[in-house]
Amino acid sequence: MAKAIELNGINKIYGTAIRTQVLFDIDLAFEEQSFNSIIGQSGSGKSTLMNIMGTLDRPTSGTVTIGGIQTGSMSKNDLAVVRNETIGFIFQFHYLLPEFTALENVLMPYLIKHNRPTAEVRERANELMELVGLGKVKNNLATQMSGGQQQRTAIARALIMNPKIILADEPTGNLDSDTTEIVYEILRKVNSQFKTTFVIITHDRKIAEKADRIVEIRDGRISLDIARPII
Amino acid sequence: MSVSLKIAVRFLKSSRGQTILIVLGIAIGISVQIFIGSLIQGLQKSLVETTIGNASQITVVSPDDDKRFSDPERVMQAIRQAEGQITALSPALDQAGLATDGDETGSVLIRGLDFAAAEPIYALADRIVQGRLPSASDEAVIGKVLQAEWDVAIGDTLDVTVAGGKRLTYTVCGVFDLQVQSLNTSWFLTTLASAQERFDLAGQVTSIEMQVESGDVFLADTIAAELQALPELMDLEVTNWKAQNEQLLSGLNGQSVSSIMIQVFVVVSVVLAIASVLAISVMQKSRQIGILKAMGIKSRQASLVFLYQGLILGVLGGLAGVALGLGLAYSFTVFARNPDGTPVVALLIDPAFFVLSFLIAVTASSLASLIPARKSARLDPIEVIRNG
Repeated sequence: MAKAIELNGINKIYGTAIRTQVLFDIDLAFEEQSFNSIIGQSGSGKSTLMNIMGTLDRPTSGTVTIGGIQTGSMSKNDLAVVRNETIGFIFQFHYLLPEFTALENVLMPYLIKHNRPTAEVRERANELMELVGLGKVKNNLATQMSGGQQQRTAIARALIMNPKIILADEPTGNLDSDTTEIVYEILRKVNSQFKTTFVIITHDRKIAEKADRIVEIRDGRISLDIARPII
Repeated sequence: MSVSLKIAVRFLKSSRGQTILIVLGIAIGISVQIFIGSLIQGLQKSLVETTIGNASQITVVSPDDDKRFSDPERVMQAIRQAEGQITALSPALDQAGLATDGDETGSVLIRGLDFAAAEPIYALADRIVQGRLPSASDEAVIGKVLQAEWDVAIGDTLDVTVAGGKRLTYTVCGVFDLQVQSLNTSWFLTTLASAQERFDLAGQVTSIEMQVESGDVFLADTIAAELQALPELMDLEVTNWKAQNEQLLSGLNGQSVSSIMIQVFVVVSVVLAIASVLAISVMQKSRQIGILKAMGIKSRQASLVFLYQGLILGVLGGLAGVALGLGLAYSFTVFARNPDGTPVVALLIDPAFFVLSFLIAVTASSLASLIPARKSARLDPIEVIRNG
């Protein structure tokens, strides 16, 4: 099967005077439509890895290939288009825009590209809000929702452009266990329904074990890479 | 509506207090600028009006020793054909003289005027405070200062000795008030026909006086130069009020320059205020800008968010400033009045100036938002994502 994301020889070094290397020669690829998790302790470099996969950060050396296209030589604006059209982000701290309602936040990636929402995309946004169980509070301001509701709104936002890849960094990091369960159910549902590739970073082994493949990062290197046998 | 504009509007709405403060700041700055501008313009206009509104603005005189020239009709005809901006054209025959009334003696300037032609310049019909304008050749009107000093009554006669020793007797038929002390003392007005007849100077005049349209008073020197070039005026000399009032002109100039300086500094302080508030706003919104960039907003769109904010603040502040400036100007003319009820300073309410001030507000705010816009364009999303 084709690769959604391919990392080759990724090194990441922070600082110039005092150099801190956080990633060492990472080679990693994720297949399309797969549901993957990356685990590791805090400081292991997993968030940096995700930011590099998502083109938010550039590696010190190595190549990032998204959907078969190398991103190394792309301009800032070209990368912005790639992020807008092919990648959906779900961050640990949900990062909604507090000035906008939940529904407007969900529509924002579409507005960035097209300026004006069509009736179809509005309909889709409403459906996504229903999918994440927020049909009733979709017109609340982002700040007037609970943490779980905000996180689910962020999931709906990540889906609005129908991206090939969703990168999620500790999407349930600050949610209670019941809500965590709900959020994972939603992510799996999206994966099977929309065939979206998922890469989820978590430090929770229980969660990680629900993925089809688990990659463990330790001190900037891949220490474990196992695929769950397909039953 | 573009997404940048949408975000700009939402940002401004979400920090309403800050937005109102900055709009108020722009409005006060612009209203002060408008007020000072209108005040100075009004002041200058009324100053120019009192100085030359009732005086000859362009004068044709003779360079000859006797200061006289003949056939004024031919000259006036040529002027009328050459220049459309001339609103008044009046010949005059002046002669210095010594007036006596019993034991009182004083020097006067006997001016033979064509009262109909001189009316647009001196508005004598309104300025006769007693009696009437002269019509017979032995009638004259005198100024109210001379009248008061000598205690002359309508119908009294005065003797005037003119150059050459000739002694003439006039009956005072009226008293004028030209609101200038020296003219009210020395001018002694008769008809042009009377002067020409009694001085034995048939067909001669000493000057042709002119006024131009009120919008063209500052072009008097140019018009005078054009008139000087006419063949009919070859042997004559054309003077204008600007050449005779250099001090007034340099005063007006100084006033304009200082008024513009004040206006410029007001606008500069407005720009600095907006720039600093928007710069803080970029810091406040850096998290949002970072999220938007992670979602794929381009640098240009990100900078437009702040340019639009500057534009919106400029439009709102400009409109409020114009309204406030008008209010300020209006209350100044209503409440600051002389004892006689006229405004202390007649402000010049010039719509073009208001539009200009509004455009200055909009341009200044847009310029002020350039630096924050650049900051916003350069903001790296990873800074926000990494640091939470």
